[in-house]
Amino acid sequence: MRISLFITCYNDTLFPATGKAVVSLLERLGHEVVFPLEQTCCGQMHFNTGYRREAYPLAKRFISIFKDAELVCIPSSSCVAMIRDYYRVLADENSDHTMTSDLDTLLPRIFEFTELLTDHFRLEDVGAYFPHRVTYHASCHGLRSLHLGDKPLRLLKNVRGIDLIELQDADRCCGFGGTFALKNAEVSTAMLGDKVRSILSTRAEVCTACDNSCLMHIQGMLHRQYAGVRTAHIAEILAAEADR
Amino acid sequence: MSLITIDPRKAAPFPEAAAEILHDTQLRKNVAHATDVIQRKRAIVVAEKDDWQALRDAGAAIRREALQHLDTYLEQFEQQFTRAGGHVHWALDAEEAQRIVLALLREAQATEIIKIKSMTSAEIDLNRSLAANGIRAYETDLAELILQLGAELPSHLIAPALHKNRQQVRELFAREMHLPNLTDDPPALAEAARLYLREKFLKVKTGVCGANFLVADTGSVCIVESEGNGRMCLTLPDTLIAIAGIEKVIPRFSDLEVLFQSLPRSATGERMNPYTSLWSGVTPGDGPRNLHVVLLDNGRSEILADAKSRQTLQCIRCGACQNTCPVYRQTGGHAYGAVYGGPIGAILTPQLFHLDYAQSLPYASSLCGACYEVCPVKINIPEVLVYLRSKVVDRQRGKLASVFNQERVGMKMMARIFLSRERFETAQSIARVLEKPLVGRDGWIHWLPGLAGRWTAARDMEALPAQTFREWWQGRGKQ
Repeated sequence: MRISLFITCYNDTLFPATGKAVVSLLERLGHEVVFPLEQTCCGQMHFNTGYRREAYPLAKRFISIFKDAELVCIPSSSCVAMIRDYYRVLADENSDHTMTSDLDTLLPRIFEFTELLTDHFRLEDVGAYFPHRVTYHASCHGLRSLHLGDKPLRLLKNVRGIDLIELQDADRCCGFGGTFALKNAEVSTAMLGDKVRSILSTRAEVCTACDNSCLMHIQGMLHRQYAGVRTAHIAEILAAEADR
Repeated sequence: MSLITIDPRKAAPFPEAAAEILHDTQLRKNVAHATDVIQRKRAIVVAEKDDWQALRDAGAAIRREALQHLDTYLEQFEQQFTRAGGHVHWALDAEEAQRIVLALLREAQATEIIKIKSMTSAEIDLNRSLAANGIRAYETDLAELILQLGAELPSHLIAPALHKNRQQVRELFAREMHLPNLTDDPPALAEAARLYLREKFLKVKTGVCGANFLVADTGSVCIVESEGNGRMCLTLPDTLIAIAGIEKVIPRFSDLEVLFQSLPRSATGERMNPYTSLWSGVTPGDGPRNLHVVLLDNGRSEILADAKSRQTLQCIRCGACQNTCPVYRQTGGHAYGAVYGGPIGAILTPQLFHLDYAQSLPYASSLCGACYEVCPVKINIPEVLVYLRSKVVDRQRGKLASVFNQERVGMKMMARIFLSRERFETAQSIARVLEKPLVGRDGWIHWLPGLAGRWTAARDMEALPAQTFREWWQGRGKQ
């Protein structure tokens, strides 16, 4: 398959390792990855903060870049949720019928990274090796918008050498919420405190998730606390291999 | 000075009120414990229902239908209720509702009233307006009694004193009811309240209540509660006045079949509601002789008129969204500065006040979606939250102040950057240069200026990587 990667603006800028892992895994599975260089941002931050007028052209831009793609892979469930749940809202509000019909054909070809593996490729064992104690945080958009359920966990369970330990209240928000972390920094910090406490009680070395946004938030406090726990996007674990 | 109020016109913005409350260790423990307990109970009784999702769909369909034809169903309710001997009054706003209730109480020559828990009466600040006119209201719901005795504010739709624990309640009862030997054993506390209230039930001849549902085809007022105190309020008085939001109407009596399954499960984790009262008019020798319903608009018509946020009015006030909300869990209801707190309050309150007040509430959510997941009538609260945010932003557009607003300037700038590959790539390069003085020896940023400083108040931020993904990708192609 020829897979177009939408890396997302923040992964591109802040987490290139995740993108490299996605590319490495998809290629290992025998697919061709393309990366349209015109891509920037899906508009989620603007839309969610109330800047719909600014989000609309960004959504249009995303569609124009990806509308002819065979498959689109996005390693960020909140961006996928933005595209699936709210692009139609933007199209409706702007009476943009072209956008609506583009979405009709494009949306079924858009996959969050783990969805692509489990739903489209029907894979649960991707041949990874990751000899570490890991706990999984179920990010909100993946859980409640994409309904990922235990798909990411099924992928993780098949990783060789992994010591996967359940995170208590794994489905409770870490308090990131995009601009929420700034606009309601105090409550966000209190929420994050609870999440970090759950993570530390697992004694895991690594906390993983399908969203680097949550992980950036979680890692921010873990690092501040010298907690000895790092975060890694699920792609980085699934792409890891034993040295040959 | 405390920032806590339930008047959105006077309330501090959510982040400020929340910051104060977050330091109340007792409240936070109480709220987390109480919401955990209710959620556990809810999860059990919801899991029992194979058709739970179908019940949610059916509940949503009933409420949508009611709202779609609200005018018709309200008139039908009025007609049926009047025919059965009741009286219907229409109140455009809180002041008019207060005037109507006051006039009815004067007619009944009442100087005291007994009350069953009612959100609408709190919404119109009834107790205070009655007190100003020499009429004393006795709250008879156990939690409302606790709040009234302690001069406290409600913090939850179903359990308004959820922020208090039994030790605090004991202290309050011992003081206010002059019971120095009272223990904090729940049966002892309930008995103290029972004795205190029984006297009022027998003495006071006028009752005020809210309504969970107004049934259009039978003209019935439906009230559900779990203590039995409400039943006393509804049956003993000669005069009963129900204050109900106009959205409370449902088309058919048979619709209760759905809502009586989903409401108690969502609200209190019970399979069946303990005390369900339905008044379909007046019966001599049985219950109140004078039965009144005050239909309260107070901003609801405007919400109804907006197709994008109309679903707010589907709410049946179960409180499940509050119990599951990770934000509410930290702050309780007081931070919302309104009668209606939690996720539903965050969308309802600003709309009731035409977005002139409570503009911070649509932002008082991380958009995690837990509220939508549990809602028995499927209100997509996150969708309404982000819609209201856009209305808040649009109101500020073109105003001079927005030129100096860091967030607005930042958002506009980012939007421009994202519209062009070249600008985006340039911004990525510039960011790497600009961050240099802020990066510590460990390769992390521990302090950021301005708005971003709210991040580094509690979190570090890793320095930007040497190479963006696209740089790596392009370099890879050349190899």
